[in-house]
Amino acid sequence: MTSPRGSLRPRPPTLLDRRRRRVDELAEASGRSLTADAFQRLRRNPVAIVGAVIVGLFVLVSILAPWIAPHDAATAFPELQRTLRPDSIPGAQPGFPLGSDQNGRDFFSRMILASRQTLLVGVFATLIGLVFGVLIGALAGAFGGWVDTVLMRVTDVLLSIPSLLLAISIAALTAKPSQTTVIIAVALVSVPVFARLLRGAMLAQRESDHVLAATSLGVKRRAIVLRHMLPNAMGPVIVQATLTLATSILDAAALSFLGLGDGDPARAEWGLMLANAQAYLDVRPALAFWPAIAIILVALGFTLLGEALREALDPKGRR
Amino acid sequence: MLRFIVRRLIQVVPTLLLLSLLLFAWLRSLPGGPAAALLGDKATPEKIAQLNTVLGLDQPVPVQYVRFLGRAVTGDFGNSLITGEPVTTEIARALPATIELSIAALLLAVLLGIPLGYVAARYRGRPLDTTTVIATLVGVAVPVFFLGYLLKQFFAVDLGWFPPSGRQAVGIDATHVTGFAVLDGLLTREFDASWDALVHLVLPAIALATIPLAVIVRITRASVLDVMGSDFVRTANSKGLAPRIVRERHVLRNALLPVSTTIGLQTGLLLAGAVLTEKVFVWGGLGTLLAQAIERRDYPRLQAVVLLGALVYVIVNLLVDLSYAIIDPRVRVR
Amino acid sequence: MTALLEVEDLRVAFTRRGEPDTVAVDGVSFDVKPGEIVGLVGESGCGKSVTSLAVMRLLPERGNRVTGSIRMDGEDLLALSDSAMRERRGRDLSMIFQDPLSSLNPVIPVGLQVTEVLTRHRGMKKHAARREAAELLDRVGIPDPTRRLDSYPHQMSGGMRQRALIAIALACTPRLLIADEPTTALDVTIQAQILDLLEQLVAETGTALVMITHDLGVVAGLCDRVNVLYAGRIVERADRHELFRAPRHPYTHGLLGSIPRLDGPPGEELAAIRGSVNDNLPWAAPEGGACAFTPRCPRALDVCGEVTPLAERAGTRLLRCHNPVPVAEGAA
Repeated sequence: MTSPRGSLRPRPPTLLDRRRRRVDELAEASGRSLTADAFQRLRRNPVAIVGAVIVGLFVLVSILAPWIAPHDAATAFPELQRTLRPDSIPGAQPGFPLGSDQNGRDFFSRMILASRQTLLVGVFATLIGLVFGVLIGALAGAFGGWVDTVLMRVTDVLLSIPSLLLAISIAALTAKPSQTTVIIAVALVSVPVFARLLRGAMLAQRESDHVLAATSLGVKRRAIVLRHMLPNAMGPVIVQATLTLATSILDAAALSFLGLGDGDPARAEWGLMLANAQAYLDVRPALAFWPAIAIILVALGFTLLGEALREALDPKGRR
Repeated sequence: MLRFIVRRLIQVVPTLLLLSLLLFAWLRSLPGGPAAALLGDKATPEKIAQLNTVLGLDQPVPVQYVRFLGRAVTGDFGNSLITGEPVTTEIARALPATIELSIAALLLAVLLGIPLGYVAARYRGRPLDTTTVIATLVGVAVPVFFLGYLLKQFFAVDLGWFPPSGRQAVGIDATHVTGFAVLDGLLTREFDASWDALVHLVLPAIALATIPLAVIVRITRASVLDVMGSDFVRTANSKGLAPRIVRERHVLRNALLPVSTTIGLQTGLLLAGAVLTEKVFVWGGLGTLLAQAIERRDYPRLQAVVLLGALVYVIVNLLVDLSYAIIDPRVRVR
Repeated sequence: MTALLEVEDLRVAFTRRGEPDTVAVDGVSFDVKPGEIVGLVGESGCGKSVTSLAVMRLLPERGNRVTGSIRMDGEDLLALSDSAMRERRGRDLSMIFQDPLSSLNPVIPVGLQVTEVLTRHRGMKKHAARREAAELLDRVGIPDPTRRLDSYPHQMSGGMRQRALIAIALACTPRLLIADEPTTALDVTIQAQILDLLEQLVAETGTALVMITHDLGVVAGLCDRVNVLYAGRIVERADRHELFRAPRHPYTHGLLGSIPRLDGPPGEELAAIRGSVNDNLPWAAPEGGACAFTPRCPRALDVCGEVTPLAERAGTRLLRCHNPVPVAEGAA
């Protein structure tokens, strides 16, 4: 008896062909790349959209700040100072939409210009933390052995100090607090976090089949680390970086509150403005509320974006 | 179990050693050293040299470190540059206030956070859940000190429901036994003192609890959702068990495992948050001590408080790991 | 004999906001007589597990729409209140799951997981329940049962865990037991033991068994009647002997052809079924019906891609195919 397969098979009808093409299209759609798929799911996630809109507005305002702000951040205006008393700070008036700050400067302009400084602090602190953390984590994860042991031991110690306490002690020990010391202090706190995260991801990669395959094909170690392990380990790092942007801004504000912030009175930064406004809370609460709302919104924006990214990049969430 | 504890305790020692070394190295690597930092704008080379001799900083760094260690082992972290008192004495006096505040905040966060997280998970996707999730996201985005001021301004200054600052009203003549104001009042039967301390505790505790509360709610919610979808909960339901038993015996017990780890990690946030909260409410605990030390560059005090913070953090997490081993039988074998 | 369980036109659709419903079970009907062993066979994704969860009413309420009727003793389970259904689950009907490790609660002892059924449905007090639990563990072949009551799942072997799950399921001698791939997660040697145990226990207690599997070998040794599921519909149903002697549906035929036989001629090629479930056509679509199996079917005709085949009865056999395998050929 002959096999029924092949010989008995009739030529597929045209309708069937059409349907099969549709099935093929569906299959293709479900086999999209991880990045494209993640992006697709981000676009459909309302959390991601809200986060992206907030972050986008924030970045836009900070870029356009010098053109939006009617005045600069440092000039005190005589017309505002005239009515400025310790127990009364002038409010909105023509030319000064949000009134004066405690030093007779235009509060609205300072709010707008501060977005730049806040973004700068957040971005630089995160970037420095990211670069050093990724470097340490990649070294540890790529080489293993004693390099790994030493680097991770130090990382663990840094992680065993509550983060803000670490930032405080770093910032407190400098002779003169400045924007740079704030950025460094906040950045150093996130170095061990990034290092741990990347190392874990790299270790998982090292055991994975595609790295094993590359090794067995005789690909150089440097190429494996750079081309195979790092890119695949970056997902969680990107998520963490987004979340760190939020905590960096909050930590910088906390440092300012403790008197460890930027000492330059001319510079406008939301955390600093919020910290300095605490003394005038019963005189003119708006001085605290506006920067506080700005910080909360921005931190919320980055957090939402980070959470949405985490969800989108998690392969378990792919369905 | 005992061996597990001992091994973990031994692991704490190198951590603290390395941490002290890092702090030490950081201090000495500053331009001009701590003396310059201490003197600030008034620093002149002569003054720095003079202060260095006073502080023993003219010695080679390794000698200094060994000396510091030798004294630290005996509990001597030097004298505060502000008060001249031994740092250890200062800390011992301030510690109960911070512990009292932290425990109150942690209790608030745990007792409120776990039920809230559970309820949110149970009504997933409903308005209650959505509101809770949004609230937790906003909760972690609010600067702690600002929230403290808000609470103080609204509930203490405007409404007058709670006292705005301090641990006990000035007029109250309380006897101090343990240093924990609420407990002291109970022990000495001065219930009015106890009540007064409790009223003072409310606002700072709420301010300090906000972030841990938000985190615990979110972890509990995620964890409960995870467990509710698990195979063994399906098995429990296939047995026709009463919903209460499924909930308590099967869902909650498993869902609380990750939550307990989180609670350990939150103590770190509590310590840091205490510094900010105590400053807002003039609480007079470790945070106040640290804030002063920062303002006046009192580095012996600063070093000691940070080391203590790390020690507490490490030990709390050790305790959490132990409790984990008690709830989860799988850990014991390892 | 009247049926114990009658499933009629069961339909389960997964609903997701913003997306069209996915039909997992598409009008399935079958029945189970008291003491009978009935197989539900098919590859992953054919709806067999969803069917069993629907019978147990264990599908999450959100995101699922279950229609049709599931009658046990003439009473529609789908119409029962939640608490009435809970009363029956574990007592009148119970279920064994695929992965014994994840199906047992990791943080409480196995004993409690057995006794909680006894205290719930048989009103036993603590000590009596414990004695009974030890007896149950003994009956399912767990050595040293009294000591094992205090073991945690991770301290037991895979086979022992599955035995414990069987003990839990049979604790109240239900009249219907559903076993969802009970041996898939186990070693081959253990698989046979567990199947033997199941067969022996249902024979002793008179429990009817619905056996869900992708493995025709399991069906061959155990089931009285077999339902073959494809893409959410039953494509063939027959008595065990009849089905193996003459599989009529090309899918069943293919399934049987892909099992290696010791008594086959040396060098015999195994016939694999081409493609995967991903190639399926929808049974019913706006522009007309089709047989879902068409793209993978070696016997597909023009009509297969255009008209939905109806389920036709011939004696005890049910068949849904436009171009079934001839009896003689199937008997080869």
